[in-house]
Amino acid sequence: MSLLQVKDLSISFGGVKAVDGVSFDVEPGEVFTLVGPNGAGKSTIFNLISRLYEPGGGRIIFDGEDITGRPAHDVAGLGIARTFQNIELFDHSSVLQNLLIGRHCRRDTRWFEELFFLPKVRRSEREHRRQVEEVIDFLDLAAYRDKLIAGLPYGVRKVVEIARALSSEPKLILLDEPASGLSVEETQNMAWWIEDMQKDLGLTVLMVEHDMSLVSRVSNRVLAVAEGRPLAMGTAAEVQADPKVIEAYLGTEETA
Amino acid sequence: MDILQLLVSGIANGCIYGLLALGFVLIYKASEAVNFAQGDMMMLGAFLGVTFINASYADLPFLIGITLAALLLGLFGYLLDRFVLRAIFGQPQFAMVILTIALGFLIRFVAGVIWGHDPTSLETPFVGQVWMLGELMIPVVDAVIILTTVGLTSILYFFFARTRLGVAMQASSQNQMAAYYMGIPVKRINAIVWALSGVVAAIAGVLFAAKGAVEPSVGLLFGIKAFAAAVIGGLGSLPGALLGGLLVGIVEPFAGRYLPEVGQIAPYLLMLVVLVLRPGGLFAQISQKKV
Amino acid sequence: MSNRFKSRYDDDINLFEGRWHLAQYALLIALLLAAPWLLGVYYLGELTAVLIWSLAGLGLMLISGHTGQVSLGHAAFMAIGAFTNLALMMRGWHFIPALLASAVTSGVLGAIISRPILRMSGIYLAIATLALSIIIEDLSILAEPITGGVAGLFAPPIDLFGLTIDRYSSPKAFYYLCLTVLVIVTLGYLNLLRSASGRSFLAVRDSEVSARALGVNVTRAKTLSFALSCAMTGLAGALYAHLAQAVNYESFLVLISITLLLQVVIGGLGSVHGAFFGAIVVVLLPQSIAMLRDFLNNTAGISIAAYPGMDTALFALLILLMVIYEPRGLYGVWFKVRTWLQLFPLYRKGMFRRTRTYLKTERQR
Repeated sequence: MSLLQVKDLSISFGGVKAVDGVSFDVEPGEVFTLVGPNGAGKSTIFNLISRLYEPGGGRIIFDGEDITGRPAHDVAGLGIARTFQNIELFDHSSVLQNLLIGRHCRRDTRWFEELFFLPKVRRSEREHRRQVEEVIDFLDLAAYRDKLIAGLPYGVRKVVEIARALSSEPKLILLDEPASGLSVEETQNMAWWIEDMQKDLGLTVLMVEHDMSLVSRVSNRVLAVAEGRPLAMGTAAEVQADPKVIEAYLGTEETA
Repeated sequence: MDILQLLVSGIANGCIYGLLALGFVLIYKASEAVNFAQGDMMMLGAFLGVTFINASYADLPFLIGITLAALLLGLFGYLLDRFVLRAIFGQPQFAMVILTIALGFLIRFVAGVIWGHDPTSLETPFVGQVWMLGELMIPVVDAVIILTTVGLTSILYFFFARTRLGVAMQASSQNQMAAYYMGIPVKRINAIVWALSGVVAAIAGVLFAAKGAVEPSVGLLFGIKAFAAAVIGGLGSLPGALLGGLLVGIVEPFAGRYLPEVGQIAPYLLMLVVLVLRPGGLFAQISQKKV
Repeated sequence: MSNRFKSRYDDDINLFEGRWHLAQYALLIALLLAAPWLLGVYYLGELTAVLIWSLAGLGLMLISGHTGQVSLGHAAFMAIGAFTNLALMMRGWHFIPALLASAVTSGVLGAIISRPILRMSGIYLAIATLALSIIIEDLSILAEPITGGVAGLFAPPIDLFGLTIDRYSSPKAFYYLCLTVLVIVTLGYLNLLRSASGRSFLAVRDSEVSARALGVNVTRAKTLSFALSCAMTGLAGALYAHLAQAVNYESFLVLISITLLLQVVIGGLGSVHGAFFGAIVVVLLPQSIAMLRDFLNNTAGISIAAYPGMDTALFALLILLMVIYEPRGLYGVWFKVRTWLQLFPLYRKGMFRRTRTYLKTERQR
């Protein structure tokens, strides 16, 4: 059964249909990529899945459960983690703190227990830390563990954001333009990490990305969207060759 | 008739609130900052008016006095931005709140040292004069306040909607960085806006001193009420500020008459009710942050 | 200076980073315990005031410094705490339950008020809380059966473990009482900060959408933070009532709310130290100014007239300079000095250079 089913999803902002009847299924263990020109509604789809926006119509089913009515803060606990297009890290905290906040949906202590720091809280803190250390090892972030986000280079922040998402032990990870703003070498690393997430961690990845070399390399399936509507679905090569997709891209380049 | 009388007085008061609220909105529109010293700038403007116009000081004609006060406070606003506020250019909104609160304290202290702490009234050519409209008594000072407010608001509205400078100000309020790239001198625009809000505060202050009396500490609470008015209106809207000012001005005397227990706090209750129902004020302009 | 090698997760979880760090705070506590013998009665009173304002500052620091929700109305919760405590004690309650009741009442009222108020953000929240503070001024006259109306309430002496504690007749005991409350609250605060709730507060402060996507119930986190913040401030209000011996509507004017916010800003938003630094400045600045004036008048022959409001003006000037030159407050200064000492002589210029940013609107049309 599909891990994530998006059925006929739509939303409009002030009369403009940003997403208009988009449906797709993401199978467990695959890397599924959304491509499309700027303003096609890709990030909006992400925001709908993470329940930050209220859809105008359609349903989102994750792991057999309809999550369309669930509040945004429940989504992480169900197993959906995400990153943001314009990095939304907690700038005044250390990398470690950021990753620990990523464990928030797995917390098992209450505030009044934390107030007295009962032994239970200490045990729980140690366990969170152990989990976070695994992510730090996986993404090779040990050198930055105690550094403040505000002082980190852009490329590292991108990785930290992925690490924070991984800390929540997700089943599905949403990556919003993981390679934007990265150098060739960093993009290369990103591709390896996405492959490792898929193969070593058994994660399902839903990604928005513009860099077609990265998309071709890591994606199992690609969905092209334009103006909020699905255009073509298939492998990266198939989608790139689709005349409707070519037209959508060229069309926007003319107006750009 | 009694109600109409209260209404006239409320509207005149509301106009002063509205003018001061306009000052808040001007600065908020331009730099998304809030000037918590706006009430104290008004107080300063009132004292400048007193200094230029009253017989015991410079004894100048009313119109010349009010112009001088407006120009001087405009200059003060400009210099304030140029030498104090520019130092924190780019820091979070909150830094400006703290900075202007501190400025307010300083202005209050300096005014106390210069003019003392006794309430002083402005001597106007129309002091004590009244127009009769049937049984309705309209003090001339109230009429002057209302007319001045209408005039000033129209000028400002036209300025923002139609002139190059006004549009540039709006642009820089929405995205400083983008405005910078488009060749708008964001810093100079900020300074001009502060000057403009100084001018408006001075006029509000002179009108305030003409209707009542001014002493150094009036600015604090009057400023907070005017801020409440601006928030009721939506904090980004010039007509909203004026409407908010009028609402606050009208609610106050009526609450004082019919619900004396809450008379003092009626404007704040009104604001809280508006904010709870519409967290962005009546003419809300805030929407969710985009990710 | 120790350069420690961390070998266990507990090294990061523990409150103190090793023995040296613990020893520093042990010394501080020892000094505070010895203070009644080191200081005269007058200065012990001032130190007690520092403790109480630190407690109130801690309360505001939680919501404004660590959760990022600026409150300009916290004097309201000091008032609620103070009136609850005194009203209950006058009805025969023992001091301890009355003190706890102050915290609970302020916290619960804070939680109730926070629901509508914390839907606002930034400037709107600031003005709404400011309005709250002004409204409470009026309510403390109107609610005469509880608050004693215009006259207010007088603080009865505290009866604790057979001791009668009174600010004037037993200042040492009152000092220790305040110190105990403050230490307990500070420990609870630090515990919260090093566990999930505290982290969720920081998350809400730095990026609300991110926090939500990570499973933080933002409304709940804000409400909890606001309630705990109000509870701490309420405790401070109750202790303040006993320090001042009498409270009425004029004890918790809106100016106190504003000063409290300035206090945490001058101390350094977002640091527990900041609440303490700020309280020291607020309480001791007027003293220092008076002493300096006397000194100048007597020795240098420079005569400075005592203008009314000069304390506040100098305080404001200090704030002004702080916001411009050291936005992280006294904690920032302290942090720099400490780093300079630790690195001596390797400190480089520009290590703390701030990056400049352009303001981007959160309004969209």
